[in-house]
Amino acid sequence: MLQLTNELRCTVSEISLGDKNAQKRHVSKGKMLPRERIKGLIDQDTAFLEFSQLAGYNLYGNENVPAGGIITGIGRVAGKECVIVANDATVKGGTYYPVTVKKHLRAQDIARQNNLPCIYMVDSGGANLPRQAEVFPDRDHFGRIFYNQATMSAAGIPQIAIVMGSCTAGGAYVPAMSDESIIVRKQGTIFLGGPPLVEAATSEKVSAEELGGADLHCSKSGVTDHYALDDQHALYIARSVVSNLNIKKKVELCVEKSEEPLFDPQELYGIIGTNLKRTFDVREVVARIVDGSRFNEYKKMYGDTLVCGFARVFGIPVGIIGNNGVLFSESALKGTHFIELCCQRKIPLVFLQNITGFMVGKDAEAGGIAKDGAKMVTAVACANVPKITIIIGGSYGAGNYGMCGRSYGPRFLYMWPNARISVMGGEQAATVLATITRDQRMREGKPFTEEEEEQLKNPIIKRFEKEGNPFYASARLWDDGVIDPADTRTVLGLSLSATLNAPIPKTRFGVFRM
Amino acid sequence: YGIAGLEVKEGVETRQIEKLLIANRGEIACRVMRTAKKMGIQTVAVYSEVDRNQMHVEMADEAYCIGPAAPTLSYLKMDKIVDVAKSSGAQAIHPGYGFLSENAEFAELCSQENVIFVGPPSTAIRDMGIKSTSKKIMSAANVPIIEGYHGETQTNDHLLREAEKIGFPIMIKAVRGGGGKGMRIAMEKENFIEQLEAARREAKSSFGDDVMLIEKYVDRPRHVEVQVFGDHHGNAVYLFERDCSVQRRHQKVIEESPAPGISHETRVELGEAAVRAAKAVGYVGAGTVEFVMDPEQKFYFMEMNTRLQVEHPVTEMVTGTDLVEWQLKVAQGEPMPLEQKNITLRGHSFEARIYAEDPDNDFMPGAGPLHYLSGPVETDSIRVETGVRQGDEVTPDYDPMIAKLVVWGPDRAQALRKLQSNLINYTIVGLDTNVKFLYQLASNSHFASGDVHTGFIEQHFGELFPSKAATVSPQLACQAAFVHMITSSNNFNKEENQDLAGNTDPFSRCAGFMVNLSPTSETSLKIGDCDVTVQAIRIGTTSNGETIYSMSVSGDVDVGADEITLSGYARVDPETAATYVVTTVNDVTQRHKVVMFPEKVKGSSVEPDSFHLFPSHHSASVKVTLPLPSFLTRQAAAAGGNTAGQPIAPMTGKIEKVLVSPGDNVTRGQPLVVMIAMKMEHTIRAPRDGVVESVRYAEQESAEKDALLVKLKELDEPQ
Repeated sequence: MLQLTNELRCTVSEISLGDKNAQKRHVSKGKMLPRERIKGLIDQDTAFLEFSQLAGYNLYGNENVPAGGIITGIGRVAGKECVIVANDATVKGGTYYPVTVKKHLRAQDIARQNNLPCIYMVDSGGANLPRQAEVFPDRDHFGRIFYNQATMSAAGIPQIAIVMGSCTAGGAYVPAMSDESIIVRKQGTIFLGGPPLVEAATSEKVSAEELGGADLHCSKSGVTDHYALDDQHALYIARSVVSNLNIKKKVELCVEKSEEPLFDPQELYGIIGTNLKRTFDVREVVARIVDGSRFNEYKKMYGDTLVCGFARVFGIPVGIIGNNGVLFSESALKGTHFIELCCQRKIPLVFLQNITGFMVGKDAEAGGIAKDGAKMVTAVACANVPKITIIIGGSYGAGNYGMCGRSYGPRFLYMWPNARISVMGGEQAATVLATITRDQRMREGKPFTEEEEEQLKNPIIKRFEKEGNPFYASARLWDDGVIDPADTRTVLGLSLSATLNAPIPKTRFGVFRM
Repeated sequence: YGIAGLEVKEGVETRQIEKLLIANRGEIACRVMRTAKKMGIQTVAVYSEVDRNQMHVEMADEAYCIGPAAPTLSYLKMDKIVDVAKSSGAQAIHPGYGFLSENAEFAELCSQENVIFVGPPSTAIRDMGIKSTSKKIMSAANVPIIEGYHGETQTNDHLLREAEKIGFPIMIKAVRGGGGKGMRIAMEKENFIEQLEAARREAKSSFGDDVMLIEKYVDRPRHVEVQVFGDHHGNAVYLFERDCSVQRRHQKVIEESPAPGISHETRVELGEAAVRAAKAVGYVGAGTVEFVMDPEQKFYFMEMNTRLQVEHPVTEMVTGTDLVEWQLKVAQGEPMPLEQKNITLRGHSFEARIYAEDPDNDFMPGAGPLHYLSGPVETDSIRVETGVRQGDEVTPDYDPMIAKLVVWGPDRAQALRKLQSNLINYTIVGLDTNVKFLYQLASNSHFASGDVHTGFIEQHFGELFPSKAATVSPQLACQAAFVHMITSSNNFNKEENQDLAGNTDPFSRCAGFMVNLSPTSETSLKIGDCDVTVQAIRIGTTSNGETIYSMSVSGDVDVGADEITLSGYARVDPETAATYVVTTVNDVTQRHKVVMFPEKVKGSSVEPDSFHLFPSHHSASVKVTLPLPSFLTRQAAAAGGNTAGQPIAPMTGKIEKVLVSPGDNVTRGQPLVVMIAMKMEHTIRAPRDGVVESVRYAEQESAEKDALLVKLKELDEPQ
């Protein structure tokens, strides 16, 4: 486990270092690197909860797109938790790859769900032209960014843009659609058509600065509101803009004094093996995450493959649901009841997902596992309290649904480096496919040798192993990041803190099949 | 009165002082009021418009505003002050020192208006105020004097001839002068005229009189002065001598009593000569007879100061007297409280004058807010004489003295140690002060051995101003970085970061956390003049919750030990609101008091955030400056024009003389403008060769600190 974690940290560290040559060019223009910009924007000495660092990892073959060419996360600016979206101009000029768009949109989703102001640090050449088909036309493509800006602004979620580089064509709408915008002189430019396009269209020769520089936009066009002398100045102005938003986080939960867990989170490396078949008690994980390692378990003796209970993280109350094996009917009923409790009390839910699925077999089916599982899935889907999911082991099949997988709208979803996600385990899938094939062959009266079976199974197992890997998942943004298990408490606490910016609405459940 | 050995004359009018007006401000006004209160005398303060909130106004039983800031319109306004005395029913006026204390006309005005002037008769002031007259009188009274020319012919040629007659080096002094103003030394014939004229200008502006005297300049002279006291009954005594040799800009820095290394015989000779001097002018009240003493302990009369001196507390400490009380008693017509044989010398006392000034910049007087002020706790043997409090401002309108630290010890060594340790306890932030310099001085081995003379600071310049360390210790760099990190973090001492349960905001609580990346922070600081960069990585937490950092330093730091493990915490003393930071560096725990000074932007200059570290152990405090965001300097430059490489006003003052006009070619070091500030003349010289583009101020205009005085053409502009 420690080895996996080190691998993760090394990979992320490499990603964060980026392309040295491109960075040198960037810095030589007097610009700050995106991570430095973020550090300068957020309150001194505070955390930055970065999302999806592995986005775009090994996604585009030989094209390396570190962090998907965009850095997103939650940081505290002038005392206010904000979603920060920063283009990385050292990655392909900050152009939008499909994954870049997805990451940008995901950050906006997080902002919308959690009622967090958005700060866009724009330094981008716009859509990546060779990939325009995967970037431009569909609903969740480039245009959605501006749709989100408009609708979030309508919902009272402040939209702030800092133009620190080019904002060409579509990109020009980021500052234009913002509530307030800042531009850095001699660095930021905003125009619908750049100088080459202008020349092509009207044979007018114009410099980028004349066409859309800070002087023009601050004094003539009115596209931007604040004139910054350099990056640092822009960040300073942005901080003051945030300080004038007049919004205050209202926490309606009974928060108590926070305590460190009694057990050292580092011990998780030893407790959790890399072999998912080796089981561990999820309570061991809870004890290394929650305040004082105190866990008030609910229905301990009933449906014991699902562990439910109340605890606190950074003093914030949470209901925890964790897996200790396959889900039986009782476990599903217990989980459903517990989710109802949390929704009634407006307590955030944390799912510690390590699930092979719901129980199968004659008895289980006869016992109505399908309808009991459906109850839990209904409860999870409808629960309006903040939900945070951490995949700490396997995430297979309907278990993924019942334990609040990506489709069930958790506010945040993280994975541990040992996790696996797929519709079922690779071996099961291979066996299922082999069985079907054998049946088919038998119908056709053809033989199915063991050799043939191996030939069929192996690539499937390999493929599932590859595609179920958290790096693969995170590269495609199926989650909000792969995290170090020892950081789980911190990431969970920060995420919870962010969720509390939005009021917790009442939950209305759908029809439970009884 | 029944004091044996003291004469009591019949017919001396005695008149009780029930209410006393103090025609002064600052520490001396407060000092006089303290004794008056002790004696049950009511006090009346006067103040100028800018002094409305000063300590002396607050301390007085009643206070009267007497005019604008300029002393000539307030504290020097004689008729106004006498009017206040009469309307408030004060029987007496104590002039303190400076201002009207040695003004014969004022003393006369008081007696005409039947108000007691707490000081000598006007005749004594006048006789002693004119140096040529005073020397004649002293010479007649058999008090040794120094050669000089005190004549009325004042032409440059004549004075030069007289100077040559006496022989160089020559001291040029304003006849009416004092306190180092209007005083210049000409080391050789060549610069005599230049110095003479400078002295005249200064004298003219300070005293309205530019008559000069010249005299022999004594090499390695000591400044030894004797405290004398006379009463209306014809008695005069001495209260031993003070040594005030250590001077800068001809002004005293550290005074002590008794003078070190003086034999008993010399001491008695000095005292008796001083008493002869006092008697020769029929002296009444507190006075000081100043002598210059050569290395053979031969002494010559210099002048007599007909007032209570700034440094009188050292005499009080070693004689167990209250000289203000003596003054008031004598002013009431009583004989003085002690006769000579009962005045004994006990132990040793030092006084250090704490000034708003910049020792590193030729002791340039300063002004500014006393953002933070905390001094030693007063005891029987430690006195802090001050007229300001934290939050007050030292204005350029008056003397920039902040306080006097007076200590007493059974002998010189013990007193000196006390002086050192209490200087360490003096923490002032907000303006430049000489505290660090005073500490250096008090710790100097030559000073400790008593080998003092008026050129002491120049002679030991190298030791007193150790060349700025080119590097700092890595420990200090790490401590400074830690202090910056902990105090600038949003966590620090801010309740709004806490929820109702007292939890710190999670984003502060997980300070520096980054997903899957090591929480490193890089801090660039300027410690003194050394630029350092400290990289810190959080590596854990101690059992009591302190974060442990692994730090590495680069920049101007000592070689070696650049990997440091540091943990620490900050706490705010609830009583004093002082911030302390305790750090453990490689298992050595130290405590520093931290005083923050936020950045300020004014006009064309920006001062970055800074903080001062005052170690609890005996090492000097350091100023740590944070790098200034470049946009601030750019903004300021856009607002006020770039003043880099341009002649700017070193402090707020009045333009006395403009020596260049536009188009002039100037060379580096060439005088451009003469300014008068803090009653001193400052010559502003060309910082580089160039051509004058414009002159920004006319003569007699006043210029703000850092204002551009003369614009030199930019170098890169084609001429």
